[in-house]
Amino acid sequence: MATLTLRDLRKSYGSFEVIKGVDLAIADREFVVFVGPSGCGKSTLLRMIAGLEEITAGELDIDGKVVNRVGPADRGLAMVFQSYALYPHMTVRQNMGFALRLARVPKAERDRKVNEAARVLQLEPYLDRRPKDLSGGQRQRVAIGRAIVRQPKVFLFDEPLSNLDAALRGQMRMELLRLHEALKATMIYVTHDQIEAMTMADKIVVLQAGRVEQVGSPLDLYHHPANLFVAGFIGSPRMNMMPVTAAVVGDAAVTVGLVSGQQIAVPASGGATRPGDALTLGIRPEGLHIDPAGPILVTVSLVERLGGLTLLHVKAAGDQDLTVQIEGGDPTRAHEQIRLAIDPAACHLFDKAGQALPRPARHTLAA
Amino acid sequence: MRASPLQRLFAAALGWTVALVLFFPIFWMVLTSFKSEGDAIAPRLLFSPTFESYRDVFARADYVAFALNSVVISVGGTVLALLFAIPAAYSMAFHPTDRTRGTLLWMLSTKMLPPVGVLVPIYLLFRSAGLLDTRTGLVAIYALMNLPIVVWMLFTFYKEVPNEILEAGRMDGARTLTEVWFLLLPLTLPGVASTGLLSLILCWNEAFWSLNLTSAGAAPLTAFIASFSSPEGLFFAKLSAASTMAVAPILVFGWFSQRQLVQGLTFGAVK
Repeated sequence: MATLTLRDLRKSYGSFEVIKGVDLAIADREFVVFVGPSGCGKSTLLRMIAGLEEITAGELDIDGKVVNRVGPADRGLAMVFQSYALYPHMTVRQNMGFALRLARVPKAERDRKVNEAARVLQLEPYLDRRPKDLSGGQRQRVAIGRAIVRQPKVFLFDEPLSNLDAALRGQMRMELLRLHEALKATMIYVTHDQIEAMTMADKIVVLQAGRVEQVGSPLDLYHHPANLFVAGFIGSPRMNMMPVTAAVVGDAAVTVGLVSGQQIAVPASGGATRPGDALTLGIRPEGLHIDPAGPILVTVSLVERLGGLTLLHVKAAGDQDLTVQIEGGDPTRAHEQIRLAIDPAACHLFDKAGQALPRPARHTLAA
Repeated sequence: MRASPLQRLFAAALGWTVALVLFFPIFWMVLTSFKSEGDAIAPRLLFSPTFESYRDVFARADYVAFALNSVVISVGGTVLALLFAIPAAYSMAFHPTDRTRGTLLWMLSTKMLPPVGVLVPIYLLFRSAGLLDTRTGLVAIYALMNLPIVVWMLFTFYKEVPNEILEAGRMDGARTLTEVWFLLLPLTLPGVASTGLLSLILCWNEAFWSLNLTSAGAAPLTAFIASFSSPEGLFFAKLSAASTMAVAPILVFGWFSQRQLVQGLTFGAVK
C-alpha cells in the first residue's frame, strides 16, 4: 500500500519559484507519469517527493503521513536516476545489495533478494562485474535492480531511458510495464518523451512552468485536452491550430467560421462564448482527409512517407501550416493543390485564454 | 598532438636539467656526509669515504628519539588534519552556500601570513596550556598549519564525484556518516591518500614551529639537524650526516609513493 498526496506543493530558489503550487493524489499501484517540456519542474517535483530537494511550502503525504521533514533515507522510496548513478567501486551484486546492507539485513537474505532481482532482470551473469564493464542497457537494469531489492513503497524514475538508444528504449518500456504489473507497486515516472508517457501511464500529469496543466489518462488527455498547451504537447505530429470566429453559439454545438470563409459546426458547449469571439480550432492530423469536394484548398509543401503512414505538410489560406496524416501510402506529391475535409466531431475549440470549450460527448476510450 | 623528435629531445633535456639542478644539493649533502671534515671544507670530488661523521653524530645525540618524535608528530598532525578536513571538504563540495568560495579563499589566504607573525601569541598560548615541548602541541599546530591545503585538495577531489551517486546512496538509506564512509571515501581514496602523503611530507620538513616550540622532549628531526648547525656550524661533514639521516626516511617514503603523489596532484588536470 502506498498512496501519495501533494497539497499545494511549492519550491523556490531564493525569490524564484519553480514549483508553483501542485495538488495531486496518487493512488496505490498507480503508474503516474510527469511529462512536460524541459525546465517545467517535473524533475524538481520528483526530487521533492524523493526528499532530495527541500519542500518550500505545502504538504507531502505518504500513506497519510506528512513527510516534509523526513529525510530521503526514511521515506521508503527508491529512485532510478537518469545517469543511473551506480556506485563505481562496487560490483553489481554490491550495488544491488547496498541498501539492504545499510538496513542490516542478514547476508543470506540479502543474497537471496539480490539473486532474485538479478534473475528477473537477467543480470545473473554480470553479478560480479563492476559498472564500468557493463553496457548502457545493463547499467540501466542494475539501477532498476537496486531499486527492486528494497521492495520500496514507491518507485521514482527520473528520465531513466533517455540515455538508451531507440531500440533498447522500446524494449525497456515494455519491461518496466511488466515489472509494474509484477511488483504491484506505485510508480512515478518523469519523462519529456510523450511516447513513454502515452504508453506507460495510468495517469499523466502535464506540467508547464511549475504548474499542473492537466491530469488524466493518456487517452483522456489526447481526446479531451483541457487547454491549448496540453493539446499541443500531447500527440505527435502536433495538433493543427487554426484561428476561427464564433458564428452561432449553442450548448451542444458551436458554429465557427474559418479564415477561408467556410463554416463548421463543432460539437462543443459554447458557455460564455459570444458570436464574433475569436477562438482557436484544433484538429489532429488524422482528423483531416483528402476530399476533392472538401472546403479547404491547400498546397502541399512536403510529403513524409513512413510506409504505414503518410504525413502531408500543407499550406492553407492565410499562410496557415497544417499537417495531414493519412493511413497507408498516398500518391500526393509536393507542390500539388489538394482539397481537405474536416471531421467536425474531431475538432476542439479553445477560447481566447486557451481553455478548451467542453465537448458534450466523452470519447469512448477516454474514461 | 604529437611532438616532433626535436621537441621531445628538447623536453627531455630540459626535464633532466631541472631534475639535476634540484637533486644536486641533496647529492652533495650525501656525498659530504661520507667525507672527513678536511675533505668537506675544501670541496673535493675524489676522497676516501668514511663513516666517521655518522659515528660522531650517533655518539652525540639520540637519533632514534628524534626520529620517533618526527614520525609521531607527522602522522598525528596528518590524521588530525584529515579528521577535520574530510567533513569540511564534504560539506563545502556537496552542500555549498554563497559563502563557500569565500571561505575556501580565506583559508588559503591564511597560508600567506608569515608564521612568525603569530609566534608570540602561539608561544604564550602554548605556555599557558602546558603544550610547550609536547608532541600533542606539535600535532595540533601541524594539523592547523596543513588544514587549508588539505581541505583545498580534498575539496577538488570531492568535486569530481557526481552528486547523483551520493543522492542514490541517500535514497538507499545512507545517512551522512555512512554516505561518507561507504561511498565518498572509497571513491576518492587515491585523492585522500595523496593529500595525506603531501601533509605528511610537509609536517616532516617543517622547522619553524618545531624549533620554536620544542626543546628536548618532543623535538623532531628538524631540531636534531639544527642542534648540529648552531654550535658546530663549520663542521660540514657532521651536519651533512645529520641532515642525511633526517631526510632519508621521508626521501625513501616519497620515492615509493611518488606515483600516488603525482597522480593525486595532477588529478583533474589531465583527463
